[in-house]
Amino acid sequence: MHILVLLKMVPDVVEDLEIASGGTALDLDCQRMILSESDDHALEQALLLKERHGAKLTVLAVDAAEVDDALFTAAAKGADRVMKIVGSDAGLTTRQAARVLSQTIAEEPGLMPVDLILTGVQAIDDLDGLIAPLVADELHMPYLGIITGIALDVSSDTARAIKEYPSGVRGEFQIQLPAVLGIQAAEKPPRYVPVAKIRAAMKTVKIECAQVLTLADGGWPAVNVLEMKQNEPAGHAEMLEGAPAQVSARLCEILAGRGLF
Amino acid sequence: MTGNVCVFAEQWRGQISEATYETLALGREVADKLGAPLTAILTGCNSRNLVRSLGVADSVVYVDHPLLAEILPQTCAAALVQLFLNTRPLALLVPLTNISLGIGTLVGARLGVPVINFCKDIQVAGGRLEARCVMYGGKIEATVGATGDPAVLGIWPGARPAEKGHIERAVPVTDAAVVLEDAEAIRLSKYIEPEAGDVDLTKQDVLVAVGRGIQDRGNLGLAEELAKALGGAVCGSRPVIDQGWLPLSRQIGKSGLTVRPKLYVALGISGAPEHVEGMKGADLIVAVNSDPHAPIFNVAHYGIVGDVLDTLPVLTSMVEARRAHVT
Amino acid sequence: MPDALYLWILTLAAFGLFGHRVFRYVKVLSGARGEKRWDHPGQRLRLVLVNVFGQRRLIEEPVIGLAHLVIFWAFVFYAGSFFWNLVRGLFPFLPIPFADQVGWMRIALEAFGVLGLVALAVAAVRRYIFPPDRLEKSRDATIILGLIAVVLGSSLAGQWFGWRSMWWLHMVTVLGFLAYLPYSKHLHLLASPFAVFFGSLRPGSVPAPSPGASSREEFTWRQLFSGLACAECGRCDRSCPSFQGGFALSPKMLMHHMKELVRDASAGHNGTSFVGDVVKREEIWACTTCLACMERCPVMNEHVPILIEMRRRLVGEGDMDKSLQEAFKNLNRYGNSFGAPPRARSKWTQQLDFPVKDARKEPVQYLWFVGDFASYDPRVNAATCAAARVFHNAGLDFGILCESEQNSGNDLRLAGEEGLYESLQEKNLKAFRKAHFEEIVTTDPHSFQVLKHEYPATNGARSVRHHTQLLSDLVLQDKLPLPKKLHMRVTYHDPCYLGRHTAGFNGPRRVLAALGVELVEMPRNRTYSYCCGAGGGRIWMEDPPVFKERPAVSRVREAASLPNVHTLVVVCPKDLVMFQDALKTAGLESRLQVRELSELVEQAMG
Repeated sequence: MHILVLLKMVPDVVEDLEIASGGTALDLDCQRMILSESDDHALEQALLLKERHGAKLTVLAVDAAEVDDALFTAAAKGADRVMKIVGSDAGLTTRQAARVLSQTIAEEPGLMPVDLILTGVQAIDDLDGLIAPLVADELHMPYLGIITGIALDVSSDTARAIKEYPSGVRGEFQIQLPAVLGIQAAEKPPRYVPVAKIRAAMKTVKIECAQVLTLADGGWPAVNVLEMKQNEPAGHAEMLEGAPAQVSARLCEILAGRGLF
Repeated sequence: MTGNVCVFAEQWRGQISEATYETLALGREVADKLGAPLTAILTGCNSRNLVRSLGVADSVVYVDHPLLAEILPQTCAAALVQLFLNTRPLALLVPLTNISLGIGTLVGARLGVPVINFCKDIQVAGGRLEARCVMYGGKIEATVGATGDPAVLGIWPGARPAEKGHIERAVPVTDAAVVLEDAEAIRLSKYIEPEAGDVDLTKQDVLVAVGRGIQDRGNLGLAEELAKALGGAVCGSRPVIDQGWLPLSRQIGKSGLTVRPKLYVALGISGAPEHVEGMKGADLIVAVNSDPHAPIFNVAHYGIVGDVLDTLPVLTSMVEARRAHVT
Repeated sequence: MPDALYLWILTLAAFGLFGHRVFRYVKVLSGARGEKRWDHPGQRLRLVLVNVFGQRRLIEEPVIGLAHLVIFWAFVFYAGSFFWNLVRGLFPFLPIPFADQVGWMRIALEAFGVLGLVALAVAAVRRYIFPPDRLEKSRDATIILGLIAVVLGSSLAGQWFGWRSMWWLHMVTVLGFLAYLPYSKHLHLLASPFAVFFGSLRPGSVPAPSPGASSREEFTWRQLFSGLACAECGRCDRSCPSFQGGFALSPKMLMHHMKELVRDASAGHNGTSFVGDVVKREEIWACTTCLACMERCPVMNEHVPILIEMRRRLVGEGDMDKSLQEAFKNLNRYGNSFGAPPRARSKWTQQLDFPVKDARKEPVQYLWFVGDFASYDPRVNAATCAAARVFHNAGLDFGILCESEQNSGNDLRLAGEEGLYESLQEKNLKAFRKAHFEEIVTTDPHSFQVLKHEYPATNGARSVRHHTQLLSDLVLQDKLPLPKKLHMRVTYHDPCYLGRHTAGFNGPRRVLAALGVELVEMPRNRTYSYCCGAGGGRIWMEDPPVFKERPAVSRVREAASLPNVHTLVVVCPKDLVMFQDALKTAGLESRLQVRELSELVEQAMG
């Protein structure tokens, strides 16, 4: 059983985001990147499946700033192979990245066959598409998203996946492998790996590099960003000022006025 | 459908979703500005009775097929692509929800047209569509020119009030047939209902919600006291449930419950879109947060910048005193 | 000669049993991890002199201390005399007298015999009628008291009334005692001199990097030896803030677990793990690393290093509560446990009406290592600003590292994340190399401990001082003008990392004296200071669902019990935060206020 996890780095929004001069993109020069949260969950889910079924786990990402950290961390957590695709332009859109990833998965020697491809359901910068369904289409595999649990039946090559619906309802699906699943949350929160193990991985693990394959022409629809700016929301709360006693008193008046007492 | 503004209507378990009405409301606005007709596209199996709810549209296209009984992105996308084979609409609006996520992406990829996600607004400028997208966890707004044939737009929940998009009215319905392959690759086995929590949060008039800002599980008691004083229940955002401080049945947001109480008190909740999705419909939203730039203040009616742990006990005792006076 | 023959048989049997058991212990210890404890033999001998022959730590509890001292010396003399007599008894042809036939020896034996019996009586009364908290009242202890009494009594009786039957009673009892020794807690008799000799010369230090320990072979021999040397006296429990607060940890039980581990009577069987099953996770995480247990332990046992080794094992498996995991992630990524952006680290300086130099951009004399809590926590900012104004008004040339400063890493080592400590240290050292300064001063005792004792060449800084030491030095050099004397009664809390860990008791007191305040000491002061509960990474962890009282609450109650004292002075940012919270919990906000020393110094500077 071979599981493939696709990772992507996104800007870390803990820091303030800066807009580049030109006003249509983020200034990524001094911007710290972090692994997309749902990709972290996808990795965790893959590790859980590896532990349960002894599967082989490969982690693949497009080369980007700080992606090495994420790949070494994945290796320290237990990934068998970590690989990045080098040679593409910086700043691929989601759709372009999906194309690049799919081509490499299909044609890089030693990657196929893959039984299950896991990636995060959605990243904070997936403006022009989602990785999971696009990769599924390119590789002619079934796709399901918003997954929060997976059970594999290795003998029959199927997976039982739990998908989240509104209002806390979940759906259980039978899926024929190979398939692509967009992970919302792993069955357990992403595990902690001590820094010492990551540093050891940096010394002993090699990140394999796959050269990006010539992009087939066509199908590169442009994303026509006209403007990008800090989000100043239209509506804003009426702010109550003062010490706790003052604001509490004012708030009680408001609640009383609304008949909430 | 050429030149129409189309909205993909989600039906789930026999009902049209809130997000559909919100998207229809936005679609209506856009269509009116463009002077184009608004068409709702409903897929399903034996779901034709639902078309009446789509009355805000000028027309409905209903696609019936056994494989469309449940919304599966690849199957729905295949159906939509067939519909658009000969008649390309101007724009296709798809709600970005747990139900429909992926449909817009696939339609765009298969038709070779651009897709724009995260839309919370669509403006019309010189006859062209401009999407206003909220990205990066709500911190950045991008204006994206929507071109393409159709322009496929993924709409955030809450873009418009649902009531504006919900009119029960008979409109012309076209039954469209599609040919869908059953690869038998994905099958729904069953639904799993959520565990009955001790409290049905959707029936509460007052909810006191806690987020990371309460800092410690031990401070939950303070929130519970306020909830008790106000006659309501405690709930939480996803990080609090992830930490195990509250059970899953108390989670509000995209991955949890959607509630519309009379009063929603958000304590130490930053206001990430996933949480806001679950509570934006509340009548009165009061937020307390130590960060004056927290996005929650954009959805709240009243805001208090301060330490939750300082404000909470004072507020609770005042509410209790007030209650005692009134009764 | 039948007598000698019987004696030979008894002796061989007793020594045989004793030797067999001791040999098994030695075998287990030699299979454990090595640890070099032969260095500085002179210093070590001195420790043995003071702590074993002088019984210094036992005398901290005066009544039993004196009694134990007497029993100890009685034992020394009686053991000496026993071996002397044994040799004489085994080799009757030797032309040497029996021990009690030598004048001065007889007097010593008689004196110590009588005093010893009196001391035993005192010990018995204490144990059975007025037992202190956490004293292990085991059958073992009773047997021992009885045996010693018989040993002393039979010898005295022999000396006074003639030896015949007393001789055999005495010999059998002692030989029996010898054989029983390695099976009882009185193994500490044998073990404690070695325990003290091979004790850590720097009790506050963290064990050498390791992947952690959860089996016999993974602990060091000295850590295992702690179990053997433990006399179950309970002094550690009595001083432990976690135990006293009703948390899961009992240092004494921990030693007991180690003893069982050595005896193989504990885990490893039936798939139970020492770490997690025998010693529960709550116990391992409950320690604040305040060092009170190790400060009080008469045999210099190593409770804290043992816990750290076990924490390392848990961390290695990612086994910790979510808030600790979150703190680790934030520290690794942002250099602070709050998950706040590094750029915001020096935002607090905006509250000052003068600029604070960036030591990376211009040379300064003092590099002020501010610390996470002092920089980011709004509750501490007031004190941080006060310290800045004090430095400024004293004309000190100081600067900070701004966003290049990372958490010093001290508490990561104590929480078992050695790798993260190394990573933070590397980043800090890199920042030091880029900055220009001559000395380091810090307002955080935790950072002080690790910067001074663990960081390698901190860019050749001439000195690393806690700000109280700097202020104290300035006071001594008359360089700190304090025109406005403060007429207040205050009390002072010795922080663990300035106090027990680095012996910085006098500096703050000198400064307080110079301020003109009247210092009223709390009952638990200096090395007895009671930890606020934040250390060892505990401030990043969740509280257990059930406990008695937070250590910080106990401490503020202690401060509030002092008549007419309304100010509790602290010199650690975590203390400030913990005690402010504790005042709220205890409802003492109107009775007591917490002030950082710098705030008082600023007031006195006018």
